[in-house]
Amino acid sequence: MRNLVAVPVILLTVILQSAVFSRVYLLSGIADLPMVMLAAWALQEEVDSAWQWAAATGLLVGFISGISWVVPFLGYISVVAMARVFQRRVWQAPLLAMFSITFLGTIIVSVFSIVALSFSGVQLPISDVLGLLTLPGVLLNMLIAIPVYAVMRDLARWVYPSPEVE
Amino acid sequence: MRNLFPRTLQTTIIFLVVGGIMALALGGYFSSASNVFTGSLVNLQTWFSARFVAVQDFLTAPRDIASLRQRNTELEGEVAELQAQVIQLQQEVGETQILAALVDFERVRPENKYRAAAVIGRDPSPFLHYVIINRGSNDGILRGMPVVTDQGLVGRIDAVIADAARIQLITDPASSVNVRLQNAETEGSLVGSVTGDVSLQLIPQQVNVQAGDLVLTSGLGGGYPPDLIIGQVVNVRSRDFDLFQQATVQPVVDFNRLEIVLVIVNFKPVDIAPLVPTP
Repeated sequence: MRNLVAVPVILLTVILQSAVFSRVYLLSGIADLPMVMLAAWALQEEVDSAWQWAAATGLLVGFISGISWVVPFLGYISVVAMARVFQRRVWQAPLLAMFSITFLGTIIVSVFSIVALSFSGVQLPISDVLGLLTLPGVLLNMLIAIPVYAVMRDLARWVYPSPEVE
Repeated sequence: MRNLFPRTLQTTIIFLVVGGIMALALGGYFSSASNVFTGSLVNLQTWFSARFVAVQDFLTAPRDIASLRQRNTELEGEVAELQAQVIQLQQEVGETQILAALVDFERVRPENKYRAAAVIGRDPSPFLHYVIINRGSNDGILRGMPVVTDQGLVGRIDAVIADAARIQLITDPASSVNVRLQNAETEGSLVGSVTGDVSLQLIPQQVNVQAGDLVLTSGLGGGYPPDLIIGQVVNVRSRDFDLFQQATVQPVVDFNRLEIVLVIVNFKPVDIAPLVPTP
């Protein structure tokens, strides 16, 4: 039943993204709160439901957004996959892993978006996308990465309390 | 390993059941329960949006320096809790001004029927230019209906659920509007871009287009009613080896500060897709 905490957290994250974060521009880029939230959640060792969180968040964002649901779905699944690999094998420094995943995740979601839009007949100039959307988005995501990581770490400790050592 | 599989399966089933119930509710299958649920979500997002817009207006709205100083001097004598009231009152005044302008706009164009809606969100993807409004099929909103403000054309309804709808702005890279130039008496196509700039394309080379020319909807294609103001030509790019001229257009609507819009509910868009010859 503790997995039901995903419902209010994901709903609140997507509502905040649509109502607040999508209105705060740096050039033409915006922060991607659901992606950063999922990265932070997947980096917590005790969490075992990050894949389901990613799928649910991707489908909900796909429902709200005008872009194909495949983009956030695959994008967020990829972010969780990266977070799992980084958390288990590469680094023990969680903040360094968080920044790396935030950077790579933003790039991956952008690539998926460009590919999806090109399939639907919208050709985007790569230089504009890189300079005006993706890199400003990376910077904004980096700015919110630390506070989001702290919140998700506390949430993980609350949802998955560690057994007391006698 | 034995314990891991049932737990993962159990978690997946929980997510699928919850997701399925939400999908059925959003699709309108649980009409009364769905209305309560989606209504609550829309109200929650409206609450967040209103608070954010109020704070944003308070921090960034352009003001005259003299009046700002005077206002600042007046506010120095007030206690902290009154500042929240000031923010709320400013928001209400702003909304009243917007609504008054929209009522004037409606009076000038009695041939159209309008439904006012508040903008409660934007598309989560930076690649698209969509906004979300707090009116849906319960209010008579249908896909394809044009959306305007008192200043000019905003876009059209792209998707609708019971209590909310998504608008594709004319600045969206996938948006294309058939337009005419008022002074040049020629027609073209207005397309958006990923940066939010709009440009005029398919203008014949022999047409004399100048900066300042007014751009209006032509009504061709049946997607929008004619003679809705879109903006003004800012500059023209004409090269000898191009088939058509291009022009940059400055929209009259400030898409970054959209708060209240009007949906034209008595306009039925024409679907000309069956008439377009396929290769």
